[in-house]
Amino acid sequence: MALSRAASSPSRAALLKPLAAAISSSLFRRPISTDTTPITVETSVPFTAHRCEAPSRTVETTAEELVGFFRTMALMRRAEIAADSLYKAKLIRGFCHLYDGQEAVAIGMEAAITKKDCIITAYRDHCIYLGRGGTLLEVFAELMGRQAGCSKGKGGSMHFYKKDAGFYGGHGIVGAQIPLGIGLAFAQKYKKDESVSFALYGDGAANQGQLFEALNMAALWDLPAILVCENNHYGMGTAEWRAAKSPAYYKRGDYVPGLKVDGMDALAVKQACKFAKEHALKNGPIILEMDTYRYHGHSMSDPGSTYRTRDEISGVRQERDPIERIRKLVLSLDLATEKELKDIEKEVRKEVDDAIAQAKESPMPDPSELFTNVYVKGYGVESFGADRKEVRAVLP
Amino acid sequence: MATSAAQRFGRRLASSVPRRRFSSSAAAAAATGGSAVQRTQNPSLNLCSAINQALHIALDTDPRSYVFGEDVSFGGVFRCTVGLADRFGKGRVFNTPLCEQGIVGFGIGLAAMGNRAVAEIQFADYIFPAFDQIVNEAAKFRYRSGNQFNCGGLTIRAPYGAVGHGGHYHSQSPEAFFCHVPGIKVVIPRSPSQAKGLLLSCIRDPNPIVFFEPKWLYRLAVEEVPEHDYTLPLSEAEVIREGTDITLVGWGAQLSVMEEACLDAENDGISCELIDLKTLLPWDKETVEASVRKTGRLLLL
Repeated sequence: MALSRAASSPSRAALLKPLAAAISSSLFRRPISTDTTPITVETSVPFTAHRCEAPSRTVETTAEELVGFFRTMALMRRAEIAADSLYKAKLIRGFCHLYDGQEAVAIGMEAAITKKDCIITAYRDHCIYLGRGGTLLEVFAELMGRQAGCSKGKGGSMHFYKKDAGFYGGHGIVGAQIPLGIGLAFAQKYKKDESVSFALYGDGAANQGQLFEALNMAALWDLPAILVCENNHYGMGTAEWRAAKSPAYYKRGDYVPGLKVDGMDALAVKQACKFAKEHALKNGPIILEMDTYRYHGHSMSDPGSTYRTRDEISGVRQERDPIERIRKLVLSLDLATEKELKDIEKEVRKEVDDAIAQAKESPMPDPSELFTNVYVKGYGVESFGADRKEVRAVLP
Repeated sequence: MATSAAQRFGRRLASSVPRRRFSSSAAAAAATGGSAVQRTQNPSLNLCSAINQALHIALDTDPRSYVFGEDVSFGGVFRCTVGLADRFGKGRVFNTPLCEQGIVGFGIGLAAMGNRAVAEIQFADYIFPAFDQIVNEAAKFRYRSGNQFNCGGLTIRAPYGAVGHGGHYHSQSPEAFFCHVPGIKVVIPRSPSQAKGLLLSCIRDPNPIVFFEPKWLYRLAVEEVPEHDYTLPLSEAEVIREGTDITLVGWGAQLSVMEEACLDAENDGISCELIDLKTLLPWDKETVEASVRKTGRLLLL
């Protein structure tokens, strides 16, 4: 557009050449944020299937999606690193389980589903919450226990929820969320609205009895449930081979079909989740095992290096980092320049810093909140003096 | 008053140093059978070291005793099981996968074969998947088999109690749930020397026992703990502070707070009698009753 305008005003002929040169280098290339021409990419490794046909390795995506992946994963990564610093500065107390390294699972899953589908996960939930549409302010405020947090500061790091986006949390007890997820799927089957539930759990939780109870129920009743094992190979400090006779978690469903996916490849995750959603709506439950990795320890009180070598961690970071993979893809397909990607990272950093500053302003919950939301209508506890007549009080 | 002064011998309040010391002299004297030799040179240990020592002794004295649970092999998340795997081998001190119901059920079976099974539940908050096994399997085994079988060798240890930053699932005090189950015992120590003696009693008691350890005191409580093998009687409450106006009954971490409250009350002229229940089920009715007959008032905290 600018080119034609420049050409039609002969008085500016002197400016035409450098202007044209500038324009051809920036405007003639596709604008990165809105291009939706399909691009096909191959996943890093083929899928391994159990009792089902593996989907194709070829994934359809677009420039918009890839750059979007980069941006959101960079945001998630930056948010988790910022949470690390806040924890060390004692602004976040209690427990904080960070997701950096596993972002591809959150982002790939979101790309394949809608907000009508439900997600339920364990305590490593910050990035899933962001993927479901949560804001950075809500994340940081909840982590710091402030009123502006998504759970009004009453849940903390492990208890993020977002009702309008079908995110059912955020659970502290290992494995307890899996039967809940199956219940969600049951309700969805009744609603007949073509939605599914994703119940996420880790390799540690894979040895919980309730997983198998839930699998049996889901399979018996053909529920649209997808169980996703985020296998980061360590259950707290225990390596998977020490805890499980069979670390092939995608096969552990036995009669339930399973798929093993490279969880560090966002496109593979997207393909698998799309496949799983179609499968679950037609045939009932399916297990997805995401082969992923966490750079941090289990939580902020775990250095993460006593049960694995630093070489292993840096090796994964170099070879399989999900953000680097997308960065290389975007650059090799010439969808954006290095500088543009770096600018995105800078923007993201600023967004995170702004959100933290805003979250710090938010006040702590009022002490009366200790007694609200226990039951539907207030706690209503009555307290009596010794004679049960003179002295009475009702707790708020 | 003279006796209470003696009871407070060697105890300093947590004012200058962030530590709580407990009435060690009474416990130590009882434990050693009144021998004067043991009064000096007992090393100071914190709660988790005392428990560690008890476990070492338990495994040493009975070759058919086992310690298992999540992460116990390297020493445990609170370091209570440090050194056990190295000393007694991975055949007797081993990790289980993440499955509380499985851990307790497995422990019941092991105990039913005549072994001493010391199962660790990593946090008392996680004991609920195992609740069915404890209430329905362990507690009723002896009764329903007409005394043919029992799982008396089972002791379940779990850190309990709030620490300030634990949140919903690292702070719970679920002892009350277990106090309504005939067939098991519930024991809670208040201090390192108590913990060592009580844990050894629990492990050797021929009944299944749930032993809650106040995690707040793991590092915070320090006192002299005798190094030898000693047990403290179960189902016997202890009057740790004598008084005349009101009887206070408590257990575990709460007692340290209550002791400070007693001192505050004394400044207001109220003389409090403080009782540590120690065993919550079956509890020592006689001691509490005798105290209430004396004071006429009872406060449970």
